[in-house]
Amino acid sequence: MLETLVQGVLLGGLYTLFALGQSLMFGVMRLTNTAQGDFIILGAFAVVAGVSVLGNAPWAVALVALAVLPVAFGFGWLLQRHVLNGTLGKDPLPSLVVTFGLSIVIQNLLLETFSADPRAIETGGLATRGIALGEGFSVGMLPLVVLAIALAATGALQWLFARTALGRSFRAVSDDREIAELMGLDAKKVYAFATALAFVLIAVAGTLQGMRTTVSPSDGPLLLLFAFEAVIIGGMGSFWGTLAGAMILGIAQQVGFRLDPGWGIWFGHIVFLAVLVFRPQGLFPKTRG
Amino acid sequence: MTALLTTHGLKAFYGDAQALFGIDFSLGRGELVAIIGANGAGKSTFLKSLTGLVRAPLDAIRFKGEPIGGLPPGNIVRRGLAMVPEGRRLFASLSVEENLLMGATPARKGSWNLQRLYALFPILAEKRRQPGTSLSGGQQQMVALGRALMSNPEVLLCDELSLGLAPIVIREIYAAMPAITGEGMTVVIVEQDVTMARQVSQRIYCFQEGRVSLEGRSGELTREQVSQAYFGIGAEAAHA
Repeated sequence: MLETLVQGVLLGGLYTLFALGQSLMFGVMRLTNTAQGDFIILGAFAVVAGVSVLGNAPWAVALVALAVLPVAFGFGWLLQRHVLNGTLGKDPLPSLVVTFGLSIVIQNLLLETFSADPRAIETGGLATRGIALGEGFSVGMLPLVVLAIALAATGALQWLFARTALGRSFRAVSDDREIAELMGLDAKKVYAFATALAFVLIAVAGTLQGMRTTVSPSDGPLLLLFAFEAVIIGGMGSFWGTLAGAMILGIAQQVGFRLDPGWGIWFGHIVFLAVLVFRPQGLFPKTRG
Repeated sequence: MTALLTTHGLKAFYGDAQALFGIDFSLGRGELVAIIGANGAGKSTFLKSLTGLVRAPLDAIRFKGEPIGGLPPGNIVRRGLAMVPEGRRLFASLSVEENLLMGATPARKGSWNLQRLYALFPILAEKRRQPGTSLSGGQQQMVALGRALMSNPEVLLCDELSLGLAPIVIREIYAAMPAITGEGMTVVIVEQDVTMARQVSQRIYCFQEGRVSLEGRSGELTREQVSQAYFGIGAEAAHA
């Protein structure tokens, strides 16, 4: 039982990273990015492509993984400024349709460029190394690294939102865009910053997903589903809530796997649906004054 | 005295409906001017068009001689025109102090800062870490007023400071006006409370159905003139 819980928490760490970018973009501009999963896969393939050029020595992989982060930041900025800002308004439909379209475009671009073969990012044995926690019970080194990164990213985002001037402007445009602009904020710039940050998180998630398992061009929608479920279970608007939602989803899936190898993902959906029915605002909605 | 802010034949629309039908308005440096009028007379739309929240033709509004009509709100506030919006509209997820700091976004030079605001409204210093929207209506109005002052404006536009507040709280808010106008701040207040408007202002504009129906020195206007301008043709009926 303990092992199932530990594995669930480790899986939850990965789901946290899938979901943080989604949570960030929704929190700041009420935009649901339905291409979230595909962007994660795109991030993974960006690293795969970089590694195929530089070779898969550990230093080369690390270099590529780091180099992708500023590229993702710039990509997110440009995407928001030139595409997504035009879709924002009282009606949520345009942004849904546009990101859904992006999802299809990305899947087909990846398929065209990389074929349907699953790829993985070489980690120099990190993915197979484990730490023994007891008799017949060990946890993987890579999942522990993923969990640590997820906790650090969540803490950093929460700090950014609560304590910095940038975070204050994120919350202000989210509360009342018109008044924020009256105070001299440029909401479109603030949005671009939010999406740029979300894309850094997306790149991190993609890289780690590619290291942990294989990625193929059609994987995106499933990752989007996990991200979505984590955000909804946790309650929109709080990053610790997103982390908790991801943990709950991870544990539910592991419990399901334990009961029957075919039940894992299904069990996660059941928990998600139960939360939607009994607590639609999520478990930890942001408390407002 | 050359005018600091003028509008000339300002027309504006609120949604599809025309709200302003050619407003001529002028404001001298250091003045405190009140705009009165019934609900729907166009007072709020007028302030919103001055601050860029409602579209206006570029040349219809001039600030320090430059046309500013229809410029983005951020541009206008950086030039020195700040507004306390109707209904206060504090940022719900920001604390009192964070709300005030948002007002300092344009980073204009001047004497208004957190310290000075806390001296003017000591209760805000006490509650600075609380969510802005958890305060009483009067205290929220102080935050909204302070937030606008934090941009160190040359002209402060106040939309219905007294809205929904008890008379004693309204007097408390207006008691802060001398401290604000003392250093030569130019102020426009939109006010439904005509008595209060006449007391604190030097000049009054009365709006009626999107037009200026009366304009004059606050002390020289008679009660009859004001109610005629306020209610229009039906004034006698309204008195009956």
